Order: sequence, then structure tokens, then C-alpha cells
Amino acid sequence: MSEMLLNVVLADDDEDDRMLFSEAIEEIEIRTKLSLFNHGQELMDYLNLPNIVLPSLIFLDLNMPIKNGKQCLAEIRSNPRLKDLCVAIYSTSSSEKDIEDTFLNGANIYVNKPNNFIKLREVVEKVLQLNFHYHTSNLNKDTFLFRI
Amino acid sequence: MILFVKYDFDLVGKTVLKEQLDALNIPHTISNLGEVQIHDNLSEDKREKLDESLKRYGIQIVSNQKETLVERIKNTIDELLNNKDLRTLKVSSYLSDSLNYSYAHLTTVFSESTYSSIENYMILKKVDLVKELICNTDLTLTEIAYQLDYSSVAHLSGQFKKTTGLTPSSFQKIMKNKTRIYS
Repeated sequence: MSEMLLNVVLADDDEDDRMLFSEAIEEIEIRTKLSLFNHGQELMDYLNLPNIVLPSLIFLDLNMPIKNGKQCLAEIRSNPRLKDLCVAIYSTSSSEKDIEDTFLNGANIYVNKPNNFIKLREVVEKVLQLNFHYHTSNLNKDTFLFRI
Repeated sequence: MILFVKYDFDLVGKTVLKEQLDALNIPHTISNLGEVQIHDNLSEDKREKLDESLKRYGIQIVSNQKETLVERIKNTIDELLNNKDLRTLKVSSYLSDSLNYSYAHLTTVFSESTYSSIENYMILKKVDLVKELICNTDLTLTEIAYQLDYSSVAHLSGQFKKTTGLTPSSFQKIMKNKTRIYS
């Protein structure tokens, strides 16, 4: 278990946010392999490759050019091969409408981007722990819904 | 038409296990807490077939000793939470009595392999039960709090909000709308 590498992907068009995120995830005890994508289309092209190992967790920014987070979420949930993946929305928006919309469309976790690095590390760690428990314990995946 | 179903995971698991073991003609006794005693030696070939047939149901034979202990801790906690009479007992002493290890050892092994504490896991599990009761029954929050031995509704709501980031009522609203969309 502890030797296991967790496959995590992040799609975010902001370069600084991508950098901070990868620094934060590096510092966490849970060992991960992170892949980064600059926008939604890049992520979807990757997920649709036939021979990849699917990630166990996807972090998805909402506002991205070319294809935004909501479009990606809808595509993931309507694709039989991808529909069971755990999706965490990772956004600066804290509008109730965005939160509710994304939950209704199948997001598992809604994360507000924290404004400092220490918080970011805490938040990422919490998401990874939750995701880990949902993969390894008898928890009901139909009600896998968290806001952090 | 939608039918709402409720499962007893423990019973499902044991039934599947028994059916698969019987199908392969393996004499066994299934005890609690995810332990199966195999009476004869298990040949490589049969073991592989068993692995294969259990995998379809999401059942995995754990081989690593630490993993086994973690699974037993989780199973014991599930048992504790699902049984009204046991729930009043102290978790630490119940765990160490049932598993025959000191609680300190159990917490260390658990945190090392799952990256979170036993307490954390219990809260997550309990909130999961609350979620299930909110979605699948007509019980009020007061009744749910009573059924799961929370000291008050406020305590239940507080723990729910702290753990999930949502209030029980907004969770309920989202789940209702979700069911409407998908049916």
C-alpha cells in the first residue's frame, strides 16, 4: 500500500498554479505521479488514448480556454471507460451555482484554490486521503461528495 | 420507476465468498472480520482461480501482513458501527480486545498504511452512514442522530459539515436533484 504510486492529473491553464500545485503534491507523504495539462482539450486527448493507465484522481480547473472544466466533466461522466474516475474541481470560483452545477454533473470533490502554499498543501493532502479511502475502503461511491 | 435498494455489505461479501469457494470445492470456514479459514492446503492453481473469480466482485485476497491487519481494523470498525449494542463501547479497547494488539500498535500500523488515523476513518465511515440514511430513508436528522448515537442534532450537523464541507440539507438537496437528472 505505502509503496503504491498514485496517478494524479491536473488540468489548469495558469502556469503558476500548475507549478505551485506540483510543489505542494511533492511535499506530501502520499507518493504520487503527477501529469500536467494546459487545458481541457489536452487532458481529454490524453484520457482518450487507448493504452494509458487511467489516473486515480483528476484535478480540474473550471475556467480554461479551448475546453473548460465543465465540458471535460460532462465528457468524462458520459464515457463508459472514464465515468468512474474520481474528479476534483479545482477552482477560484466559490459561487454556489458553480459548486452545485459541478456536483450535479458528477464531480466528487469541490476545492477552492487556497491563497497560500501551506493551505494548498493541506488541501491537496486532504483530497488525496479521501480519494485513497474511497479506493480502498467500503465507502459508498454514489454519495462521494465533498467540499473543501 | 425507480426502486431504492439497501445492501448489507457484510452479508453480500460473505455470500459471494461462500458461493465462489464452494464452486471451486474448497472446504472452508468463514469467520467474521474478513477472515477465511481454508481446511486443506490450497494449490497454486486453485488459488489463482479463486483470485480470478473473486476479483469480479471486487474482493481481493490480501497477502501483506500489515495490509491484512489494516483490513481487519476496518472490518472491526464497520462491525462496531453497524451494531447498536456494540456502538456504546470504547473503540480503542474494543479494537485491541478483538484483534489482540495494543491500541498504540494498531494506530501506528493504520496510519502508516492509510495516511490517516483510525479516528479519522471512523468519522468518515460514520458520515457515510449518515449520507446513506439521508438518501435512502425518510428519517429526519433528529432520528438519524438518535439512531447513530450522536449526542444531539447539532453535533451530527457539525461533524457532517466539518467532514464533507456541506450541510446535511445542502447535501440532501444536491442528491435529490442528482437522482432527478439521472432517472
